[in-house]
Amino acid sequence: MKNEFKVIADLIEQDKKVLDVGCADGVLMKFLKENKNANIRGLEISKNKVQECIAKGLTVIEGNAEKDLKQFPDKSFDYVVLSQTLQAFLNPELVLDELLRVGKKAIVTIPNFGYWKVRFHLLFKGTMPVTKTLPDEWYNTPNLHMCTIKDFFNFVRAKDIKIFKSLALNDLNTSLINSSNLGSKNLFADLGIFLIEK
Amino acid sequence: MDTENNIKTLIIKKPLKLDCGKVIKNFPIAYETYGSLNSKKDNAILVFHALTGDQFVTGINPITKKDGWWSYAVGPDKAIDTNKYFVICSNVLGGCMGSYGPSHKDPDNQNIFGTNFPVITINDMVNAQYNLLDHFGIDKLFSIAGGSMGGMQVLQFISNFPEKSKTVIPIATTSSHSAQNIAFNELGRQAITADSDWNDGNYNKKNSNPGKGLAVARMAAHITYLSKKGLQEKFGRKLQEREDLKFGFDADFQIESYLRYQGSVFVDRFDANSYLYITRAMDYFDLAKQFKGNLSDAFLNTKAKFFIISFTSDWLYPTQENKDIVIALNSIGADVGFVEIKSDKGHDSFLLDVPDFLNALKNFIDKSYIENKI
Repeated sequence: MKNEFKVIADLIEQDKKVLDVGCADGVLMKFLKENKNANIRGLEISKNKVQECIAKGLTVIEGNAEKDLKQFPDKSFDYVVLSQTLQAFLNPELVLDELLRVGKKAIVTIPNFGYWKVRFHLLFKGTMPVTKTLPDEWYNTPNLHMCTIKDFFNFVRAKDIKIFKSLALNDLNTSLINSSNLGSKNLFADLGIFLIEK
Repeated sequence: MDTENNIKTLIIKKPLKLDCGKVIKNFPIAYETYGSLNSKKDNAILVFHALTGDQFVTGINPITKKDGWWSYAVGPDKAIDTNKYFVICSNVLGGCMGSYGPSHKDPDNQNIFGTNFPVITINDMVNAQYNLLDHFGIDKLFSIAGGSMGGMQVLQFISNFPEKSKTVIPIATTSSHSAQNIAFNELGRQAITADSDWNDGNYNKKNSNPGKGLAVARMAAHITYLSKKGLQEKFGRKLQEREDLKFGFDADFQIESYLRYQGSVFVDRFDANSYLYITRAMDYFDLAKQFKGNLSDAFLNTKAKFFIISFTSDWLYPTQENKDIVIALNSIGADVGFVEIKSDKGHDSFLLDVPDFLNALKNFIDKSYIENKI
């Protein structure tokens, strides 16, 4: 399991009710179910991925986060997880609002467009950055709204969203982000993980 | 045809009050079982059939000598594996494969009921079938499953008996029959009652059968079970055993011949009055209405795990109507999974060899059963 999922799992206590939005093949769900005794649901748009989840015995709902989150009542999950998908929505702000309505807390991870390799790629190669966390070309990327850790940090603050914990990930290294180190984390982390609440 | 010996029946002695107000008692429910009930009696799956189905889910139907209606999904090593599970299915109340219906005699006057049989509902059907649990000494079913009208019975069953099944599998169904579906059913009923051989439902007395009307009803309904794309790919404009159009009204096109055949074989195995009664039960089905318009309330008392399945090309019970059930369940935090299967085979997909569907069904059932054991 990738390090990102381990960090997410560490943020979730035992026996919680969790919704994994864009749960893909259910690797994180399965881990949380088996190791954290989580009462876990997934929402996934890809039919093939939904089948993989069912084959793992996971409860998954085929659907689109931009339309289908509204069926869940307010604060019906302890945690709602959104891994590296926010930037792919037509309206990320609306989805973020929905995550925070449905979940008592939300865990959102974003690929950091401020990562130095991304910046160098654009600066020196002059082409759209392709990295490990951003593997697609400009013409086939699902990402519509790329942002940096700093962008997201400022965005949630402006929306009066409470940040419980923000973490910077670079390969296997995890470190805390705060206002004073934001600039350097924004340069050296390729992934940001935020535990938030509204 | 040795009909009697091939049909197992349970006589329900206990009076059953029907939604129409009438009370029936000492009536037969015909059923069939597959696989064997284990000693803990925790491996039973109650399957509900659709409009024209019967209790003969799989294997060779002893009456029609054809494959059971859900042979693709149920049987040894199939999605619903009869090596592991004990499958029970009964003919619905109002049906014509041994369960109490309009072709039975009225105990009060020994006349065949015909349209004097009480109008029955999906609720009546599941209340009658519930007696099978007592019969087999099953406290709790492992699962209930069914497509189309079978799915309606699944929903009604878990609403009536919220603690009687661990898992719930409604397939290609709805919680409330739509205007379009009522319209199609009415078309079928009108075809039957317009047949002069129907005789106000008393055709048995006159030894006649409204076969033409029933065949037209079946033909019209059959179109609704397929998709436009499926029909086009299978038949297109292909001609039936002829080089060119004949400038007449014989079946020039293969699709015409196919529909006529479907109509004619149906008449041999199905009772016209049963068709009226069962379609009426479907039309009356509105689970939300039973709970003052709030569908979620139908499922408030159950802890069962739901798995709802729809098909992309099903325009009779479209994905949205299945999703409405998912939404109602999610709004009360119920345990519900949902998948829409890609298929060009229309509403009939749930009866056919659609691997994605059969795999999903098998995975859900097997994984849930294992989980349940731990």
